[in-house]
Amino acid sequence: MNRGLTLFVGILATFTLAWAGLVLIPYLQFGRVTDYVSEETGQTLPPPMSGLAQRGHEVYAAEGCVYCHSQQVRGESQGSDLARGWGVRRTVARDYIGERPHFLGTMRTGPDLSNIGRRQSSVEWHHKHLYRPQSVSPGSVMPPFRFLYSLRKIVGEPSADALKLDGLDAPPPGWEVVPTPDAKALVAYLLSLDRSYPLPEAPTE
Amino acid sequence: MTSPSSSSSPKGPKAALADALDRAAIDASCRLPVLLFFGSAIAWLLVGSVFALLAAIKLTTPEFLADHAWLTFGRVRPAHLNAVAYGWSSTAAIGVAIWLMARLCRVPLRHARILVAAAVLWNLGVAIGVTAILAGASNAIEWLEFPTYAAFILFVSYAFIAVWAVLMFRERRPGHVYVSQWYIFGAFFWFPWLYSVVNSMLVFWPVQGSVQAIINWWFGHNVLGLWFTPIALASTYYMIPKILGKPIHSYYLSILGFWSLALFYSWNGGHHLLGGPIPAWLQSASIVASVMMLIPVITTAINFHMTMRGSFALLRTSPALRFTVFGAMCYTVVSAQGSSMALRSLNKLTHFTHYTIGHAHLGMYAFFTMTMFGAMYYITPRLVRWEWPSAFLIKAHFWLASTGILLMVVSLTLGGLIQGIELENPKVPFLTIVAHTIPWLHARSWSGALLTTGHLAFALSFVLILLRTGKQREGPTLFTKERSFP
Repeated sequence: MNRGLTLFVGILATFTLAWAGLVLIPYLQFGRVTDYVSEETGQTLPPPMSGLAQRGHEVYAAEGCVYCHSQQVRGESQGSDLARGWGVRRTVARDYIGERPHFLGTMRTGPDLSNIGRRQSSVEWHHKHLYRPQSVSPGSVMPPFRFLYSLRKIVGEPSADALKLDGLDAPPPGWEVVPTPDAKALVAYLLSLDRSYPLPEAPTE
Repeated sequence: MTSPSSSSSPKGPKAALADALDRAAIDASCRLPVLLFFGSAIAWLLVGSVFALLAAIKLTTPEFLADHAWLTFGRVRPAHLNAVAYGWSSTAAIGVAIWLMARLCRVPLRHARILVAAAVLWNLGVAIGVTAILAGASNAIEWLEFPTYAAFILFVSYAFIAVWAVLMFRERRPGHVYVSQWYIFGAFFWFPWLYSVVNSMLVFWPVQGSVQAIINWWFGHNVLGLWFTPIALASTYYMIPKILGKPIHSYYLSILGFWSLALFYSWNGGHHLLGGPIPAWLQSASIVASVMMLIPVITTAINFHMTMRGSFALLRTSPALRFTVFGAMCYTVVSAQGSSMALRSLNKLTHFTHYTIGHAHLGMYAFFTMTMFGAMYYITPRLVRWEWPSAFLIKAHFWLASTGILLMVVSLTLGGLIQGIELENPKVPFLTIVAHTIPWLHARSWSGALLTTGHLAFALSFVLILLRTGKQREGPTLFTKERSFP
């Protein structure tokens, strides 16, 4: 092989072929999937994300949650995701149309979060968990996100959104722990994660 | 002719001397740009090692340095990946590829200024990118965390390098184009294309939903297969015959190995999403391509093995050869493992576990990084015109690196298998599985300590050779006293 041209054409051709196969065709096939309006309930599916949850999606990205938590439920033949109760059906392409970036993930150091808003719907639990995961989930290796909360002196009445912490985590008397806007947004995002609605291609029964 | 350029010229002693002078002139012309890439690569290797240790400790001790947003696990982990992938691996690969290009074009390196500018830009891009991740500005797309401003700087730097490579190739001395050059040519062309296409489809004008994941992992796998792997193979194809002083076993096997790699590797990406919300045909195509990877891998392994046959004793003597052959053997192992991991039955267990992390380190460290170490041990003395000051430091580096990576891969593989088997059984509570992984993660932290110590030995060696310390040696610094070189 002494000719630069042969080499160049071959290198170009193999790569273009793979690009067409693995990028272009999938894009054409389902890169423009739209949301689905349920005939029974008139609901738009997947439900659009609230502004606050959208902001929480950004916090999720910045803090790198995706490195330990997946958001995809595989079908029965490929793993025990359904049997573990991580979802009521497998997740499909339409579930993710509003997500930029995607958080499908590749690692389960922690559990899958596709339906965390449904499995754990308490705002208080999520804040306690983020503040110190081991307080509600003993043995967890999740890092605390105390930097998303602020400790401040109570002036007058305690804040309405102050965390109800006890034991190890309780602030000194006269002080309170309140979530920052980032923490509130992150919890709103986590609560929005519920992919249990039925779709034509993914019925729940 | 299938040897990079035979060391004992058949044309007689005069021609041999002329060849040696030619090579010395080429090496001298490479000095500044290649040492710039090597030096900054080693600096990033140390930075990446620190992030690796922090991340490893955090996985077993979540309260460790937990109150600083910049040091939370979810930022330190991608900082590690990007510091070692773009800071260490890519920078080392570019340095090695530049030198190989000049040697194989058989002309002194020209346009060094383009490369110096590229080196400065590249380091600037990586530094900005890693800082941005720590500051919380990551794209949160695995392997593509650098925000647009950092990615753009890398792209411009890479464009400089690609232009330089084309200029060099055009100015080469006529004759055979050696197999190493095919790989370098491919890598220099594939990477900027890949990087720009993927950045534009994921970051600048993001496509929708799970198509992003397909493109993400098409990149994640291609950056290994079409960027790091070709450069490491180019280096191995050069180093083994060069150090042994004999031609590569088979020209035809090297052709088959190259084209089958180009054809199949680029289709592997979908195996990162088996069972996920992507088309079934795409998953199947990627599984087939992953299994077909056995063709280039076995072909290349046979070619290296047959070239080495009869010369394995030299592994006791030559540091560059020992690192290179260690890397080449791990290439075979990691690729065969990768093909098996694409099979649904095994993937079901290993997907989402530490097993995959073990596999990634077997590829990026035991294969790629060890090959780069080997190349740097060969190239640096020729640039500095001084031999490595301490055989002890090289020995320490080799044993720390090889036992460290072995410990890491074994512990993550076993820990990952246990994790995967238990995840498969819905009756095992999740936190029990977490508890069962912890001893293996402790072992991984210790392996990181071994590797980091090895990196310190290597960095010290590199500083000492740049300063030309120790006594002037007549021949290369070897592991053993004997002079059994051809």
